[in-house]
Amino acid sequence: MTDNKTFILKGGRVVDPAGKIDAIMDVGVSDGKIVNAQSIRGAEEINVSGKVITPGLIDVHVHLRDPGQTASETMASGTMAAAAGGFTTVVSMPNTKPVADSTGTIDNIRRKISESAVIKVLPSGAMTKGLAGEEMSAIGSLHSAGIVALTDDGKCIQNHSLMRNIVRYAKSFQLPIMDHCEEYSLVNGGVMHEGVWSTLLGMTGIASASEELIVDRNIIIARDEDWKIHCQHISARESVEKLRAAQANGIKISAEATPHHICFTDEEIKHFDSDFKMNPPLRAEDDRLALIEGLKDGTISIIASDHAPHTHTSKLVEFDYAPFGVVGLETSLSVCLTMLYHSGEMSLSSVIEKMTCNPAEFLGIDAGTLREGAAADITVIDLDWEYTVDKSKFKSLSRNTPFHGMKVKGKVAATICDGKFVYIAE
Amino acid sequence: MDFNWTKKDLLSIYDLTAEEIVCILDTAEEFKKVCQRNVKKVPALRGKTVVNFFVEPSTRTRVSFELAEQRLSADIINIQANGSSLQKGETLLDTVKNIEALQADIIVMRHSAPGSHNLIANETSCGVINAGDGAHSHPTQALLDIFTIREKKGDLKGLKVSIIGDIRHSRVARSNIWGLLKLGADVTIAGPSTLVPREFESIGIKVCHNLKDALENADVVNLLRIQHERQNAGYFPSTDEYAKIFGLNHNSVKYLKPDALVMHPGPINRNVELSSDIADGAQSVILEQVTNGLAVRMAVLFLIAGCLNK
Repeated sequence: MTDNKTFILKGGRVVDPAGKIDAIMDVGVSDGKIVNAQSIRGAEEINVSGKVITPGLIDVHVHLRDPGQTASETMASGTMAAAAGGFTTVVSMPNTKPVADSTGTIDNIRRKISESAVIKVLPSGAMTKGLAGEEMSAIGSLHSAGIVALTDDGKCIQNHSLMRNIVRYAKSFQLPIMDHCEEYSLVNGGVMHEGVWSTLLGMTGIASASEELIVDRNIIIARDEDWKIHCQHISARESVEKLRAAQANGIKISAEATPHHICFTDEEIKHFDSDFKMNPPLRAEDDRLALIEGLKDGTISIIASDHAPHTHTSKLVEFDYAPFGVVGLETSLSVCLTMLYHSGEMSLSSVIEKMTCNPAEFLGIDAGTLREGAAADITVIDLDWEYTVDKSKFKSLSRNTPFHGMKVKGKVAATICDGKFVYIAE
Repeated sequence: MDFNWTKKDLLSIYDLTAEEIVCILDTAEEFKKVCQRNVKKVPALRGKTVVNFFVEPSTRTRVSFELAEQRLSADIINIQANGSSLQKGETLLDTVKNIEALQADIIVMRHSAPGSHNLIANETSCGVINAGDGAHSHPTQALLDIFTIREKKGDLKGLKVSIIGDIRHSRVARSNIWGLLKLGADVTIAGPSTLVPREFESIGIKVCHNLKDALENADVVNLLRIQHERQNAGYFPSTDEYAKIFGLNHNSVKYLKPDALVMHPGPINRNVELSSDIADGAQSVILEQVTNGLAVRMAVLFLIAGCLNK
C-alpha cells in the first residue's frame, strides 16, 4: 500500500485545525495532493475508521547533526525518526559542522535532503557567522539559498545592538527569527535550573531570569522593528507572563514549548541522569504548569521537540560534562497527547494546531493543512494506543531520551508525505 | 549492634537511613578504641585492595582515608588523576573499569562534578565511597562531625546545631544538614544571603543572616571555610568585612553558650571565619574531629568491605 498514487483514507476522524474541521470524513489523495474524495471514486480505499487524520505534523526545532556529527544522527536517520513521530516537515537547526552560515553549507544540506531525507526538511540559517554572536552572517544570500528562518539556536546573541540590526535586516527578506533566549552572565556554568533542587544538590544553576531577560529584549526589538521573533523552547513562568502581556499589545512575538518541559521538573536531576540535561533546563513545578497554561490560552502557539541527538558515549559522563540536549521526534506527539489531551487540559484540535497550522503560519509556508490542493502530508493517529516508550526501538541513531519507560497514550499509526507512506506502525 | 549493613556504596548522607547512620557511628566507636591501642592495626581488610582515586586534589581527606586503610591492613593504590587520563580523552567510566579490572575492591573517589559517584557506582561491582563531589556531598566529613557531636553531647534529638559560612558552595554543609535532620537535630544555617540560599528552608531548617541569632542557644556551631575566590566572584566585598560581621571572634563569642562546641572541617582561615584564640580554645573540638575522622573512615571501609564479601 506504500506506492499508491491515488487512494482514499476512508472513515477517519479528520482533525484539521487550519480548516476548522473535526468530523468523520474521507480524504482523497492523488499525485501527492489532497483531493476531494468524491472526485476519485473507485480509487483504492484504505479503512482508517477509528483513527484520527491530521495534517502532517511540523516541528520547527530539530537538530539533524548532518553534516558533521553523523555519529549521533544523519539526514536519513533523523528524517526516519521524524516520520515515525508523525512529522512531514521539520526545520533543521544551523549548528551543524560546519555551521549553516554560508550558501555553500546550505547547498550541501539541501543536497543531503534530496538524497536521503524521507520527509521535508527546511533548513534554517545562522544569524551570526559561526554562531559566534559577533558578525552578521550573509543573511540575504542564505535567503536566496532557501532558508526558511534565522536562528543561532543553542547560542544567544548578547549584543543587543547586533540583534536589533539582524532583525531589522532579516525583515527585508521576510525571514522570521527564532531565538534561544539566554543571558549568559546569569548562567555562569550552570547545568540545571537554579532553584530548590540545584541548592540541595550543590549544582550550579541557570536562573530563570537569564531567559526572561532575553525574552524581554526580544519583545522590545520585535515591537520596535515590527517583525516576527519567535522565542524557542520557553521554560520559565516569568517568560510566559512577559510573552502574554506583549502579545496582548499586538507585538509580533511568539513562543514554543517542548514536550519535556511540560512533562518534567528539576527534581528529576537528583538522579544525575544526563538524559534529563538540556538547555534551557527542566524548571520547577510552577514553571511547568505555566507552560501548560500558556499552551492553553495560546500564548505559546507552537510545540517543538528540540530533538537534539547525542551519542551514548558523550552522554555517559559526569553530569557537569555531559552535553545539553535530548531526542524528541519519536515521542513528541505521544507525550503531548498524554499530557495535554488525555489529561483533559486541551482539546485534540488545539493540540494539533500547535503542531500543524501554527508553525506553518509562523514560517509562512504552505503546509499544515488538509485543504484540497495542498500537499498530501498526512498523519494518521491512533488516539487510544497505549504503550511504554522504549528507546531501543527508536529510528534515531541516538537514545538520549528522558521519556524511556514512560507510559503514554496515543501513537502515530502512519505518516504520509506528498502522498507516499513514509511510516507505518508495526 | 544487630543492624545489618547492606550498601556496597556510600554516595551521600541523603541516601542513608537514621539506622544506617547510627550503625556507622557505633562501628566507628569500636574503631576509635583500636586507634587508642598500642598496636593500632587490625587485619579486617587484609587481602582487599582499596584505590584512592582523587580527580580533585585533596590532602586532609586523602591522608585520613589512606591511614584508615592502612590500619585495616588493606592494600592501597593512590591515583592522583588531576584529570590526567581524562584529559587524554579517557572517560571517567573507562578509568573506573580499568581500576576494576585490577581486581580492586573499593574505590574512594573525590571529584569536582556533583553526582560522579552515582554514575560510577551503577557501572562497577567495586564498592564506591564518596570522598567529596563538588558542592554536593562529603558523607564521611558529616559522619565524623556527627560522631564528634554525639560523643560530646549524646543524643542529637533536639540539639541545636548552627552551620555558619559559605553554605552555597559547601558539600560539608549539605552532608551535615541531611545527617543532622535524619537524627532529629534542629539545624540553622547562617551567613550573608549570597552564600546562604533561602531555598534550604524548604527542607525544614532555619536560615538566618545574623550571627547573633545563629550563636545564641546553639549547642554546636560548625564554621565553614571562607574561600578567597568567592570574594572575586562577588559574593561578598572582602574577607575583612566577612570576618567583622560573620566571623566568630572576641566580639561575637559573647553570644555563645559556655558549653557550646566549636567545630570546623578545616583547613581554617584563621581570623576570617574563626579567630585564633577560639580555634585553639577550650570549646574547640577541631582536632578531635580529625582524630574521629580516622575511626569513622575505618568504620565505613569495614562495613562496605563486609558487604562486598557476601
